[in-house]
Amino acid sequence: METATPKVKGALRSRKQHLSFFFDNEKVLGTLMIAPAVVYILALVGFPLVMAFVYSFSDITIGSSDFGFVGFENIKSLIGDFEFKLALKNTILFTAVSMIIVLVLAKILALILVKDFRGKFIIRALILMPYVAPISLGVIGWLWMLDSIYSPINWLLQRTGLFGPDFWPMWLCKPNLAISAIIAVHVWRMLPLATVIMLAGLASIPQDIQDAALVDGAGYFRQLFQITIPMMLPIMLVAVLFGIVFTATDIIIILVLTRGGPYNSTQVLVSKAFYTGIDAGDLATGAATALFLFPLLAAVAVFMLRIARRTEVA
Amino acid sequence: MQSTRFGKPNQKEEPLSQVETQSLFKHFGEVKAVDGVDIVSSDEEFLVLLGPSGCGKTTLLRMIAGLEKPTSGDILIGGQVVTHLPPRARGIAMVFQSYALYPHMTIYKNIAFPLKAMGMAKDDMKKKVDWSASMLAIERLLQRKPRELSGGERQRVALARALVREPNVFLLDEPLSNLDAKLRTSAREELYRFQKDVSITTIYVTHDQVEAMGMGDRIAVMNAGKVRQLGTPDEVYSDPADMFVAGFLGSPPMNLIETPDRIVGFRPESFLPQQMHEGIGDLVSLPFTVTRIENLGADRLVYGKLEERFGHAAVIANLPTSFTSYAIETKQRYDFAVPRKDVKFFDPRTELRAEPIPL
Repeated sequence: METATPKVKGALRSRKQHLSFFFDNEKVLGTLMIAPAVVYILALVGFPLVMAFVYSFSDITIGSSDFGFVGFENIKSLIGDFEFKLALKNTILFTAVSMIIVLVLAKILALILVKDFRGKFIIRALILMPYVAPISLGVIGWLWMLDSIYSPINWLLQRTGLFGPDFWPMWLCKPNLAISAIIAVHVWRMLPLATVIMLAGLASIPQDIQDAALVDGAGYFRQLFQITIPMMLPIMLVAVLFGIVFTATDIIIILVLTRGGPYNSTQVLVSKAFYTGIDAGDLATGAATALFLFPLLAAVAVFMLRIARRTEVA
Repeated sequence: MQSTRFGKPNQKEEPLSQVETQSLFKHFGEVKAVDGVDIVSSDEEFLVLLGPSGCGKTTLLRMIAGLEKPTSGDILIGGQVVTHLPPRARGIAMVFQSYALYPHMTIYKNIAFPLKAMGMAKDDMKKKVDWSASMLAIERLLQRKPRELSGGERQRVALARALVREPNVFLLDEPLSNLDAKLRTSAREELYRFQKDVSITTIYVTHDQVEAMGMGDRIAVMNAGKVRQLGTPDEVYSDPADMFVAGFLGSPPMNLIETPDRIVGFRPESFLPQQMHEGIGDLVSLPFTVTRIENLGADRLVYGKLEERFGHAAVIANLPTSFTSYAIETKQRYDFAVPRKDVKFFDPRTELRAEPIPL
């Protein structure tokens, strides 16, 4: 009698709780929860990426269902192409120069924002604004700011006497000016994120260590270069990694401001891929152009993450 | 060791390393973190700032270090006003609670950092670092990084880094509180001997009364931004200046009993059965009824209530367990007594020590 009752109860309970046990199982619930994200990534990132790889080794075009496998022909012809080389050079130039400027400015901004001062809230909000605004709207704003006839920047600089009465640079119409303008807008766009990352890195340095450096007699620059920057290095690398990937793969700024012009002087790999693959219909060459930087960017990412890890662990 | 230290003997005439604060205030908005502190350390002294958390002891230390600007008042080191000097110009070295070692540098570079900031030549620097490391027996750790070290080793590195500049004053901010309990006892011993060896004036902040009593030449007991009492460990323990000091020191703290015009205080360890006081002299008899007994190994804590005329006040007696002959049971009444010289009186309004009253 005494043993029978618990048995019956146990059986009842197990039937009632069968479903909840099923969901309590981490394997089941975990898989269920992560499934939408996995499906999303596979369908919208994984599948197109695989297709791009396949296309880049083929002779496929828009408006034809012919599909021939050509191996490395597309890439070979790209390497010999003058316009492609220019786009590759621009991609590297824009990324490298804007990243260096972003790093220096973000570091300075973070050092300012970590201090307490009146109006800090407003300054911080203004600095973070570009990151919150939709990128295309922001760039359209820049298109107007840099307009060849109505540029408010030129007007302002002329009024304040910095530009002479006959000096009116057409920012987006001269190759060198256009390159500078594109880099400036890239900096404007990346700066908020980099600043936030740097701020986090700065805040993660314990106050005790800053105090210790002060007591040990370090001046401002010794503290900055021997304590603050080395301790922030891992997180600065994260900022650089994001910056490189975002800048090297960005198309919006080029598309809105210059469309790669004048004379292809601001064409980058992504815009070139778009114009070749979609506008001109040569899907295969476009895919090959777009994927050209893939191995390089992947290598950069792995390299940066390894450095970040080593400074963390060793 | 002392005479040859730092290669500059015979400088003892001037109190180079005397620290003095003159009516020092530090207010953070409404909060009076340090509220008028005047203390003078003597040369080569181990001075402990003791108090509960939030009493302003760390703020006081940080002001002496120059990491915090006082709202008003002055700080003097070696007779010089240093109130407006940056930390590096004060001739001080500080050890932080977290040790604050530079994680990306080797131990050698950590210790050499203050010397590098002074612009010392490489050869001299190496000699100094080696000397400092040998003082703390950490020579074999010099090529490691801080994260490869144990808590005790890190503490030694922090001390070596502080020592290497030959400061006039050491400032230590709870340097033992990050160590586990067992290590803390040996570290306390080491730190004490280290201070005596290098004979550098040391100001030591702690909330741990055992550390304060064990290491301090003098203790400044602080509460609510004020120094309540400054004296030797024996003075602050046996002769508390006010009720806060009486209640803060000692575990369990002093028994404080309200009478109509005085607060009467006596330590649990002087509150013993009458016959254990034999031959001591003038006693105050306080019969009490036992409510609870705690055996703590070395000590037996006896909780109980005094009789009617003391308002049945709850008191604690601390009997050494070695007095096993005296059996005590709960709910029984015993004749306990305190030597008259051990009874302290406090004014209930000012909470300060007051004239004795007949008991």
